[in-house]
Amino acid sequence: MSSNAWLPLLVLGMPFAAFLLLAVVAPLRRSGPRAGLVSIGAMAIALAGALTVWVEGFVGETTWAWIPADGGPIATVGLLVDPLSNAMLVLVTLVSLLVQIYSLAYLGDERPASLGRYYTYQSLFAFSMLGLVLAPGFLQMFVFWELVGLCSYLLIGYWYERPAAARAAVKAFWITKLGDVGFIIGIVLLWSATGTFEFTDLFEKAQEHALAITGLPTIMFLIYLGAVGKSAQFPLHVWLPDAMEGPTPVSALIHAATMVTAGVYMVTRTEPLFALVPEVLTLIAWVGAFTALLAATMACVEGDIKRVLAYSTVSQLGYMMAAAGAGAAYAGFLHLLTHGLFKALLFLAAGAVIHAVGTNDIFRMGGLFRAMPQTGIVFVVGTLALAGVPPLAGFFSKEAVLGGVWEADLTGPFLMLALTALLTAFYMFRVVFVTFFGRAHAGGHPHEAPWLMRGPLWLLAALTVAVGVRLALVGAGGQEETPAWLAPLSIGLAAAGFALAWAMYQRGAIDPARVAAGLAPLDYLARRRYGLDALYTGLYRGFILAFSRLIGWIDRYLVDGVLNVLTALTLRAGDRLRRIQSGRAQDYVYGVAFGVLLLIVWAQLWRQ
Amino acid sequence: MMGLPAYLVLGALVFSIGLFGVLTRRNAVGILLGIELMLNAVNINLVAFARFNGDLTGLVFTLFTISITVAEVAVGLAIVIAIFRVRRTVEADRLDLLRG
Repeated sequence: MSSNAWLPLLVLGMPFAAFLLLAVVAPLRRSGPRAGLVSIGAMAIALAGALTVWVEGFVGETTWAWIPADGGPIATVGLLVDPLSNAMLVLVTLVSLLVQIYSLAYLGDERPASLGRYYTYQSLFAFSMLGLVLAPGFLQMFVFWELVGLCSYLLIGYWYERPAAARAAVKAFWITKLGDVGFIIGIVLLWSATGTFEFTDLFEKAQEHALAITGLPTIMFLIYLGAVGKSAQFPLHVWLPDAMEGPTPVSALIHAATMVTAGVYMVTRTEPLFALVPEVLTLIAWVGAFTALLAATMACVEGDIKRVLAYSTVSQLGYMMAAAGAGAAYAGFLHLLTHGLFKALLFLAAGAVIHAVGTNDIFRMGGLFRAMPQTGIVFVVGTLALAGVPPLAGFFSKEAVLGGVWEADLTGPFLMLALTALLTAFYMFRVVFVTFFGRAHAGGHPHEAPWLMRGPLWLLAALTVAVGVRLALVGAGGQEETPAWLAPLSIGLAAAGFALAWAMYQRGAIDPARVAAGLAPLDYLARRRYGLDALYTGLYRGFILAFSRLIGWIDRYLVDGVLNVLTALTLRAGDRLRRIQSGRAQDYVYGVAFGVLLLIVWAQLWRQ
Repeated sequence: MMGLPAYLVLGALVFSIGLFGVLTRRNAVGILLGIELMLNAVNINLVAFARFNGDLTGLVFTLFTISITVAEVAVGLAIVIAIFRVRRTVEADRLDLLRG
């Protein structure tokens, strides 16, 4: 093991150790907050390790043989450490740590045993996500890919007594599995064509133009399907809004900052492979941009603060994917990192609001800025970053994405993304105005969140600003120059969105109801999520359930019927036959004598 | 001087009478008697063959058969008495515990 490997291994091992400890030692797990402290301590060490790895700029690959075979192992496990995974390590450990600290207060009213369970899942999730980030090959990535999916399921269904949460958990699991089926098929096809799962081997082959496999576009498309499910791309995005049934910190960590970005990370990681198939890249860009726009329109009509943020996440994931599809994977990854920070901030701030007022409905909040100014400030910071206002983090990454898409001559996706930028500013400021300003609603005394929750909020807000300032000072570091008119355009779009939201929800100059009436068909569709959920439900009811009923009928009446007839016949025959057993010895002697007689006759007549 | 067939016919007759007794007697003791007749029909055959073939093996075999028959009758009668003690009857038709 090289000296560069033990530190990443420590980062990976700490959450796993915490998970094992909590999973095995039941009294510790049931003690609640103490279990949380174990998990938080492990995450703090992991964060320190990740920061060291990042600052020192470790690069290297360490692998161990996993599936031995003649002529070298079929698959290896290991750690691939490079700038990409280093940055991701810091993001994952940082957001995990802050979310876990935040959860101590947010879930403080939970029963100790439930809280311990929560932290056990959290540790397992951190371990899985870090393993995914460090994976040096497709196979290890897939294993951890599924593990984060499992953790997502467990944490969405954390309040499993609630039917809605249980349903949402199952839905998230199912729909991401749809994509994962494509992912595993793609991986296996790629392996059977090249004989390796390792990224470095595959990249070398790609560079030597030794990857001229027939059907490579299909293979890469199948692999991309995994990202479609995980990163909530159209048409598999329907699970993410429902995943908001989980606790808010979970939404912040898994469904905004880390797990859902795994798809983007995978595409970024395997970019040399995707670069070989321009048609798939174009598809990725179009689907990404379309997802961004579609989700943004749905966010504009949503009244649940967490769902607005969820649609916003889907929308921003679309941004990242569009960038990756346009060949600007770096821009997409930058947006992933900055988005991870400010979206976690937004979710945690929304959590603080929900904690204070006890509802998710923004129209039952209002005027909260006076009651909770600190939360209000950080929420506005997050909103500005998401809307793309300089010099906050989101501005630069969003501009890099737009520039990358423009450079790739993808006019259609570029226009969709530009429109999305406008809508993003609009729906976020809509939430801000309705929730924090506007008329206060009677009932309840909203209060500022405890410092355990405020601390992470302030830290994330500070980081959002700091990263933005740093990007402003040193430049986004993109490979190509963006057109000069791009920055004014994106600022203009954000300002237009802000102005529209202000006019509609703060000033009251434009009546939202009349706008909705004016755009009635769009409003109708967006409120019904473009009928996709209904479509899936319909497909499920009409197709899968009907098919299952048919199978059930065949099993019950045809298969079981044949068996029932056979058993009835056997029983009857047995009933008849048993009567020849009279139990009287003389009857048997009759039988023997008659048999002997027959034998004699047979011998006399035929055995000449 | 009668030939071998006469002895064999006698044996067959005795055997048939014995079989008839075994099949038709309702009394367990009667059935045992029938079995005795069948065994002795065999003995007649053995002795006859020994006599006409000049082979002593048949005679020796017959002695064995007689002694084993004695043992068999002793066991058989003991079983009949045991059954009688339990069921108060030795009528074969009513001893049908093995009926299916």
